[in-house]
Amino acid sequence: MTAEITPIKTDAEIGLAEAFRALRGRLAEGAIAARREAAFRHFEAQGLPNRRVEDWKYTDLRALMHDAKPLADAPDAVAKARAKSAGGVFAAVDAQRIVFVDGVLVPELSDLTALDPGLKISSLADALGRGTPDIGAWLGNAGPAEGDVAYAINTAFMGDGAVVEVEAGARIARPLHLIFVYGTQRAAAVFSRSLVVLAAGACLTLIESHEGPDGLDYQINTALDLVVGERSRLDRIKVNAEGNAALHLSTLNATIAADANVSDFTFLTGGQVVRSQLFVRCCGTGATLSLNGASLLKDRQHGDTTLLVDHSAGGCQSRELFKSVLDGASRGVFQGKIIVRPGAQKTDARMMTRALLLSEQAEADNKPELEIFADDVQCGHGATSGALDDNLKFYLMARGIPERDAETLLIQSFVGEAIEAVAHEDMRDALTAAALHWLAGRP
Amino acid sequence: MALLEIKDLHVKVDDRDILKGLDLAVSSGEVHAIMGPNGSGKSTLAHVLSGKPGYEVVGGEVMYEGADLLELAPDERAARGIFLAFQYPLEIPGVATMTFLRTAINAQRKTRGEPELSTPEFMKRVREHATKLSIDMDLLRRPVNVGFSGGEKKRNEILQMALLEPKLAVLDETDSGLDIDALKVVADGVNRLRSPNRAIIVITHYQRLLEHIVPDVVHVLSRGRIVRTGGRELALELEAKGYAQYQDEAA
Repeated sequence: MTAEITPIKTDAEIGLAEAFRALRGRLAEGAIAARREAAFRHFEAQGLPNRRVEDWKYTDLRALMHDAKPLADAPDAVAKARAKSAGGVFAAVDAQRIVFVDGVLVPELSDLTALDPGLKISSLADALGRGTPDIGAWLGNAGPAEGDVAYAINTAFMGDGAVVEVEAGARIARPLHLIFVYGTQRAAAVFSRSLVVLAAGACLTLIESHEGPDGLDYQINTALDLVVGERSRLDRIKVNAEGNAALHLSTLNATIAADANVSDFTFLTGGQVVRSQLFVRCCGTGATLSLNGASLLKDRQHGDTTLLVDHSAGGCQSRELFKSVLDGASRGVFQGKIIVRPGAQKTDARMMTRALLLSEQAEADNKPELEIFADDVQCGHGATSGALDDNLKFYLMARGIPERDAETLLIQSFVGEAIEAVAHEDMRDALTAAALHWLAGRP
Repeated sequence: MALLEIKDLHVKVDDRDILKGLDLAVSSGEVHAIMGPNGSGKSTLAHVLSGKPGYEVVGGEVMYEGADLLELAPDERAARGIFLAFQYPLEIPGVATMTFLRTAINAQRKTRGEPELSTPEFMKRVREHATKLSIDMDLLRRPVNVGFSGGEKKRNEILQMALLEPKLAVLDETDSGLDIDALKVVADGVNRLRSPNRAIIVITHYQRLLEHIVPDVVHVLSRGRIVRTGGRELALELEAKGYAQYQDEAA
């Protein structure tokens, strides 16, 4: 007797399938439609990832995602009005702001007409509607995130987002701030997808922030395809300040060409369940990559940072430093994998993750991995987790600093080491202020 | 009345008796040296006075300015004027020394109900004391004690003492790990802080620090008790004869 095992589909899986059928009916035929179809098939074949899937071991999406929310409607005037004060963390930074409300680009809140020379921005929804061939070629084609389920779901459902092009040799003076706001009072799902392409020798600072109301279990699945050309430089800062009941899945799918320099920083305080994925491939020699992050979690928050650094070309350097501060019954997950492909000699890769546990109920899971197929490389990784150092606390108190202030100073210094990686002083200050704000709210 | 009065103090650490009936009285304006062999309880006394957790007082009392010191948290003791110069100053990555100094001074002032120091006033004081201690201002922009040499760490302790202006300073083996030049800089720093309004307790194993910081009173601590008290000549005698006789006496 043979039995075929078909896992029972969860409410969320059934909901996503229904939503996709409805979406497909509204879209035109073409290459993009075929791409969506293939991505959805890929998801459907596997279902939502669960703890038996190694890459999702600590973030069982099948259990954590209870249902699939309906796709968000276009934002109304009330939702847009809420977005006016968005991105406030970086209020002091002179940036070019592009605002998305419920996943849709809102031109009247954005600086689309006053962009720095060399920078071109358009709406992904418009580009998909026109079927621009370049877009199809760039969107996730053969990037390192290929095959990931969260990313496939994004491809199937992607709505709007920013298409950003920086001309060869253009050094964009003001940072570009992509602001994503959830503005509706009803829980819905948003699938935003952006594409950022830096031509050779270009230079851009990109800020990405996500925020929304507390107490609303909306769902965000966002992805960024990043193509960094030769000798170009990209600094990216992502702030996740979603509402405390939100589900947030994000994917960075980046390819870096020769002699390019990428510095990435993720600051996470928001969301109920967060999975932040960073897939980066060094495709040309001499590229320099720095991925950093700080997560400050409390209550029952679940924050997962999963990264893959793929050294496909030799002579590249990668550095990762991720720090998490875990209070309450929160859970911080870090999975980091470095792959050095055959022939990628002279690779220099180092990864470090540290967790600071502020309560007995908090949990940190760290999983660093190295896969090395070349013989002349330097690779290392380290992971630590622990409580605040009582001796350091005593040293500060013996100088007259009260216990709580001493703790704050120590936590601040712990997080500060990661924030140091941000090159721009005003943004570093803004992130430090955001960390202090979080610390002031500790019970 | 003495500034600090310790009577029949008994202290346990990890269930072991360390201090076993210690008596000590120190008045403002005096410098007391406490000498003794390793394991006699010198550092325990320093830590109990500053309120370090993990030290269980099982008997006796410690009165400071006429009030029970043992009831106070470490930060409250500091605000009331108690300062401990650590034998092994700790490194605090990510906290600039300047930030640390300023936070400490203003925290103490706040606890005492005094206004915060203005930035120019704070900087003036830091510059003044740092210069006297041959501390480069660049060093103070670096994280607390991170990458400092042994001598720099100890000078940083004395800088903190100078800025915090304690009424009672306890120097725990401040001479350990210092070469003779560094020892002299540190000792000069301490001597400048001698004042009729301040008591200093110098804890040391060796006599050589006391050549530079000349004490008014010398105590010998052995097996958790003060076994002999005398003038500075007692330190010289210890240097010549060693601690062996006191270990026998206490036994």
